[in-house]
Amino acid sequence: MPIDKFKTLQSTAVPMPIENVDTDQIIPARFLKAIERKDFDKNLFRDWRYDKNDQPKPDFVLNDSTYSGKILVAGENFGSGSSREHAAWALYDYGFRVIVSSFFADIFKNNALNNGLLPVQISAEFLEKLFIAIQKDPGTLIEVNLETEKIILLANGDNESFEINPYKKECLIKGYDDIDYLLSLKDKIQEFEQNLM
Amino acid sequence: MTPTTLFDKIWDAHVVHQVERGPNVLYIDKHFIHEVTSPVAFLGLDKRNLKVSRPEKTIATPDHNVPTIDQHLPIKDQLSRNQVDQLTKNCEKHNIQLCGLNHPWHGIVHVIGPELGITQPGMTIVCGDSHTSTHGAFGAVAFGIGTSEVEMVLASQCILQPKPKKMRITVDGKLKKGVASKDIILYIISKIGTAGGTGHFIEYAGSAIRELSMEGRMTICNMSIESGARGGLIAPDETTFTYIEGREMAPKGEMWDKKLAYWKTLKSDEGAVFDKEYTFDASDIEPMITFGTNPGMGLKISQPIPDPQNLPPNSRQTFEKSLNYMGFKPGDKMIGKEVDYVFVGSCTNGRIEDLREVANFVKGKKKADNITAWIVPGSRQVEEQARKEGITNILEGAGFQLRQPGCSACLAMNDDKIPAGKYAVSTSNRNFEGRQGPGARTLLASPLVAAAVAIKGKIVDPRENF
Repeated sequence: MPIDKFKTLQSTAVPMPIENVDTDQIIPARFLKAIERKDFDKNLFRDWRYDKNDQPKPDFVLNDSTYSGKILVAGENFGSGSSREHAAWALYDYGFRVIVSSFFADIFKNNALNNGLLPVQISAEFLEKLFIAIQKDPGTLIEVNLETEKIILLANGDNESFEINPYKKECLIKGYDDIDYLLSLKDKIQEFEQNLM
Repeated sequence: MTPTTLFDKIWDAHVVHQVERGPNVLYIDKHFIHEVTSPVAFLGLDKRNLKVSRPEKTIATPDHNVPTIDQHLPIKDQLSRNQVDQLTKNCEKHNIQLCGLNHPWHGIVHVIGPELGITQPGMTIVCGDSHTSTHGAFGAVAFGIGTSEVEMVLASQCILQPKPKKMRITVDGKLKKGVASKDIILYIISKIGTAGGTGHFIEYAGSAIRELSMEGRMTICNMSIESGARGGLIAPDETTFTYIEGREMAPKGEMWDKKLAYWKTLKSDEGAVFDKEYTFDASDIEPMITFGTNPGMGLKISQPIPDPQNLPPNSRQTFEKSLNYMGFKPGDKMIGKEVDYVFVGSCTNGRIEDLREVANFVKGKKKADNITAWIVPGSRQVEEQARKEGITNILEGAGFQLRQPGCSACLAMNDDKIPAGKYAVSTSNRNFEGRQGPGARTLLASPLVAAAVAIKGKIVDPRENF
């Protein structure tokens, strides 16, 4: 299935200055029981977002109407732990298109990219700048430009470059999907198998 | 020839194609699947009208969702039953071998792979589960993947993957009495942090690692992911070959000789260069326990909880949030803290040696009244072996509840959950908030520490007071 194309995005952002946000927090295991990709966004950050009586916790940022947007700005080492792709699905289906952090866990990063959710890794200094800017003005607009690989604070033009694998970049910009690519290599794979011990 | 690392030897031998300025197309020798991360991948195949490319290279078992009592009855939780049934249907449709509930080979995916001899040196192994790194103990390149990648493997027997960097962690010297492989890995993660291994594949080396049994090595490789590493591996040696020989799916006869000759070449060459190296002294390691909400927040069991005063603001906030969740304070001693549950099991420490270790310690003793103690074998074969050796009787005699194989309380996806606010000393791999149940507080430790805590009812150094 082709993924949604991504070129550039301007949006306000939701700040989450917590470090080591693991995928068990993004979506707890007890909500992974579906056999299709459906409704995972409802349980995004479930135990931080709702209390034990399923009432929204007012102090959690997703329940705070001050903040909204398609960009989640999170503390260092986002997405550690379990390989569950449900974490990327939940974030995407909730409406996020970009996650910004100073560091991402490997499996989460792959999962995000495979679903058109862009992980933007920036320096700890620029991350701090973003947190301060958003806290000062929740209406702060941020631009994430995949083509130029830049993230920009639109109010003052402050910006930083980020890196992305050129292959993945092309996939995102054109909406390509890895399976189509792998299937196109069928002959090559078969040739490789001939030489297996 | 340039000296090469073990990791490079295996990885490079499996590269089918190098995408220009992009990832490698990596051929996968063995693919394990379970009920949670595979259904959407099969749906993807259906949508494209694809068959599984090499069904004989995939093996399935349901483990995350399964109840650990009354496994002969239908699963009560409808959603869990549905997911397990879906795995059965998908395997039937695509001709994939399934070790389902009640199959003599059923168990946790990372326990059955090695015990059946499926896991072998030099292989590339993936599974939609981050603890796939377990199989690296055999000198395999094994790592966890997401569901999109599961679909890639089903469709093509390959995945697109950027090649990780290489790290070597050497642990030399002799381990102290009462110190187990679990303590080694908890010690390593407490030193390098939960992101210390990110972007890397770790090779564990050194005399302390060499002296470990295969099961001890599996515990270490299993938790590689908890340091953020893509995976971890250990060069195969006589310990490895002896373990594999004769197992159901191990090569036999002439094929065994041929494979063995190849396996013996699988080691890092003298002078091979790693992107990062760490060396630790085995004699500095003590029985470990975690005090916070990630596996890097661990310490020697006799030490107090550190003070976060000098951390940068966001880190300090995260640390304080974590201690607040655990109900602990900086400076608190771990020894003497009351505990409610003891859980021995999981793909980290649910093997026969783990059960033996616990049985050996609790023999003739009784668990404390305040403790609920669950012991969950990693597979049917482990369960059977424990029965044969009389371990079952010893454990039950000490007041442990012996349950049936599955992931159990490691991740609170089935009926085995730790209640909110309760403390559990657990031999599993993650102490994340809510990992063992909403509000549950997990302290990771070795089977020996878990056994001692079960008897005393509070945190105790297993080397003392017995």
